[in-house]
Amino acid sequence: MLEVKDLHVTVEGKAILKGLDLTVQPGEVHAIMGPNGAGKSTLSAVIAGKDGYEVTQGSILFEGQDVLEMEIEERARAGLLLGFQYPIEIPGVKNIYLLKAALNAAREARGEGEIPAPEFMKLVREKSAEMQMDPSFLQRAVNEGFSGGEKKRNEILQMLVLQPKLAMLDEIDSGLDIDAMKVVANGVNSLRSADRAILLVTHYQRLLNHIEPDRVHVLVDGRIVKSGDKSLALELEARGYDWVLEESVA
Amino acid sequence: MASEEMEQLVRREYKQGFVTDIESETVPPGLDESVIAFISQKKGEPEWMLEWRLEAYRQWLKMTPPSWAHLEYPPIDYQAISYFSAPKKPEDRPQSLDEVDPKLLETYEKLGIPLHERAALAGVAVDAVFDSVSVTTTFKEKLAEAGVIFCSISEAIREYPELVRQYLGTVVPRSDNYFAALNSAVFTDGSFVYVPEGVTCPMELSTYFRINAANTGQFERTLIVCDNKAQVSYLEGCTAPQRDENQLHAAVVELVALEEAYIKYSTVQNWYPGDEDGKGGIYNFVTKRGDCRGDRSRISWTQVETGSAITWKYPSCMLRGKESIGEFYSVAVTNGRQQADTGTKMIHIGEGTRSTIVAKGIAAGRSDQAYRGLVKIGPRAKGARNYTQCDSLLIGDQCGAHTFPYQEIGNSSATVEHEATTSKIADDQLFYCRARGIDEEDAVSMIVNGFCKDVFQELPMEFAVEAEALLNVTLEGSVG
Repeated sequence: MLEVKDLHVTVEGKAILKGLDLTVQPGEVHAIMGPNGAGKSTLSAVIAGKDGYEVTQGSILFEGQDVLEMEIEERARAGLLLGFQYPIEIPGVKNIYLLKAALNAAREARGEGEIPAPEFMKLVREKSAEMQMDPSFLQRAVNEGFSGGEKKRNEILQMLVLQPKLAMLDEIDSGLDIDAMKVVANGVNSLRSADRAILLVTHYQRLLNHIEPDRVHVLVDGRIVKSGDKSLALELEARGYDWVLEESVA
Repeated sequence: MASEEMEQLVRREYKQGFVTDIESETVPPGLDESVIAFISQKKGEPEWMLEWRLEAYRQWLKMTPPSWAHLEYPPIDYQAISYFSAPKKPEDRPQSLDEVDPKLLETYEKLGIPLHERAALAGVAVDAVFDSVSVTTTFKEKLAEAGVIFCSISEAIREYPELVRQYLGTVVPRSDNYFAALNSAVFTDGSFVYVPEGVTCPMELSTYFRINAANTGQFERTLIVCDNKAQVSYLEGCTAPQRDENQLHAAVVELVALEEAYIKYSTVQNWYPGDEDGKGGIYNFVTKRGDCRGDRSRISWTQVETGSAITWKYPSCMLRGKESIGEFYSVAVTNGRQQADTGTKMIHIGEGTRSTIVAKGIAAGRSDQAYRGLVKIGPRAKGARNYTQCDSLLIGDQCGAHTFPYQEIGNSSATVEHEATTSKIADDQLFYCRARGIDEEDAVSMIVNGFCKDVFQELPMEFAVEAEALLNVTLEGSVG
């Protein structure tokens, strides 16, 4: 589904990713872990198409398509969706309006018509309830005045409505208390399916107690230096990152 | 995206630019007392009106154009302007749409304002101003039933001279400013509204202004009077055909609200802004002022300004009546080389008067705009309150936004609040929307419309929809 090969990325002339390889199959949940500054968020930002990241070498394929040739919105419509670490506030734009515009953009790209209003309302109500969000959130401006936890839940709500093929969640656990984390994790878990993949970018292992990954990768200094199953995450939790680094240098 | 590409996108043809060739009866360019006499005679005006005009003209001769605005334009040659233009045979004005020149109806069609449909569907009485003479007026009967007078100012001068004489020039005196004096001397048409005591006008009143004959400045004069406890909502919308020369527009709008009266005046302005170098656009120097003369009266200005090469406009409220209310809600959008210096004045004179100012400025391309607002609290305005919020949004990095708030507080019991922000349309907002699959243009329009929401919600429903559409056209391609 997603194939990242020998990816080199610079930001303002500084090399951040230095030959990253990653393959994700449908149905899998991958966790990218690593110390601060290793390039974790850069990876998801580059896949989503954020400005300011220069790919100097390598390729990203999504279902055989060259992602780097696609506009940001084309990537999203193709089913590559990024959940933000710091969701953006858009004053005056209703949450429900953004959701509807996004959903219809994706449907249009698939050659489907606009979603009928009653169907949309039903869908959104259902998904908000799943995220334990009061329907009043839908009428509020996008992320404006939301608490940290509310913003993260809102990101997952968008995922539940838009049903991406590959959901990338950047530090979705940061700033969440344990109850909010459970709600978010339940939302993510409900996204799991045989034809969908999930890429979790996280600094801490605790999220992985709630969302069990199939693969865990350790990203250090722009490269994936170690991959394993969920037990690797526990090992990182117990021992920190230094030993992986030493191992990779050796 | 590269700046050249951005430039390309910003360039767009004015969608509503075309000239209808209805023959005009036009005086040669130039202004002197004989031209004013000609206008007055053409309009069949009484002697006092001519005198009133001539007095304005003599005052104008002694005045100089204002130079304090944050605008740049070459000096205007007032002798190069033709001061009268009317569709042929103004006496033979059509009594129904069937009699209207099909070319004119075609013009409205091109503008997306099918007059008959609009009038019928929206239930709006339309006083269509084509060049300087009102060509058709609808729904007059329904208004007459309610006792509301809605007609052209020329007709009002002939038919209701005592009403006009009582109020004309009492809100904007002839010598108020250079452009108001010029307008007073040469105004050719505009609307007159009188709503009698206790009457709520049964429909929203609407006028579409057009500028058409080449080289002809348009000098509209609008006077709206709401008697005690009367209410009216007036909608003004403008578009204009494309042309080469700069066109001067110097309108005057006067509103009078007596005791407990409420006047809501909404404008959507979409005049030709000029080509990408700013050439050929309309110069819009307008004086709009409302007088809350009666106690607990209320005047509300809502404007969406997207057109014109130059906009110089400060709809204001004189809050004389006790506990009277003045409101100003504005969205000004500039793109290309447009310049706008706009804002409001809230003059608190009476006790317990209140005013609200919400001004949103959006600058794109190489445009430049300024918000200029005066809040003046007089010594007798005990307990007066003002709230001002002005926000600017910049799109791209070649445009500018400036804020000039003035406050003159003449007594210590007043409360004056001012909030101002300037922000760039944030890359991260755009990225966020696009990363949800929304294309860039839609994302920009979504963000900008969100920014303007506080003002749009003050507009009558149909106008709000029009305003959003206009905003999108104006900003089309402004982000690369």
